[in-house]
Amino acid sequence: MTATVAYADVETGTELPAATFPVTRETLVRYAGASGDFNPIHWNEKFAREVGLPDVIAHGMFTMAEAARVVTDWAGDPAAVVEYGVRFTKPVVVPNDETGALIEVTGTVAAKLDDEARTVRVDLTARSAGQKVLGMARAVVRLA
Amino acid sequence: MALDQSFAGRSYPPTPPYEVGREKIREFAEAIGDSHPAYTDPEAAKQLGHPDVIAPPTFVFSITYRAAHQVVRDPALGLDYTRVVHGDQKFAYSRPVRAGDRLTVTSTIESVRSMAGNEVIDVRGDVHDETGEHVVTAFTKLVSRKKEAS
Repeated sequence: MTATVAYADVETGTELPAATFPVTRETLVRYAGASGDFNPIHWNEKFAREVGLPDVIAHGMFTMAEAARVVTDWAGDPAAVVEYGVRFTKPVVVPNDETGALIEVTGTVAAKLDDEARTVRVDLTARSAGQKVLGMARAVVRLA
Repeated sequence: MALDQSFAGRSYPPTPPYEVGREKIREFAEAIGDSHPAYTDPEAAKQLGHPDVIAPPTFVFSITYRAAHQVVRDPALGLDYTRVVHGDQKFAYSRPVRAGDRLTVTSTIESVRSMAGNEVIDVRGDVHDETGEHVVTAFTKLVSRKKEAS
């Protein structure tokens, strides 16, 4: 484990580089295949509407994976993540066009947890179409 | 219908091993658009101190969910699976999943309860490698939405 960010160099309130992740229908089909989650609400508009959704929605786990990238890109080594959790609060609705949807992710060091283990808690926000799509999105990260 | 509360605390036998392949990790990393070299280049992974390529943090969900699925689909539990949504997800890692791992999942139903008419079930999946070393634990909250009054 070799995080490139040093524990000594971060403070509560340190902001991680934010990122925006595009998601189209093609993204969802690809993610369905890679993850093995073929629930039709993620690719079949007719089915999604029949179960009361406004349109096809992204896999919650896809959104969780994208939000993690803000943490792993910052930390340098993905193995620096020792805990990671989210609540799925709103779906990411993905229209059938070239642009699809955007997932906008920000992260902030919310607390320095343990000086010896060099762990910090990062609080994440993820928004799409102006709505918060993840709640309680937090990672515990072990820094250098 | 209320769920059978006696399922809380129940543990299930470990799943047969899932062998993690380099190309499956690559496929997953590409699907989430993540070009971190530790996911695809064994040399880059070694420079970070890993014996082989590692998987993105959420990769293991595909494995733990399959195990949880078998548990929550037990007809005796009484869960209406067509109404289930994923509520929360959390992972606690001892180390990253990596290529060559042969992983087993031991699932435990941590709690079963009703909240505002919804049925909420918490499943924990403890993931170990073939030497018995703990790799990661996945905590999955599933919510079965109440039926609207018609």
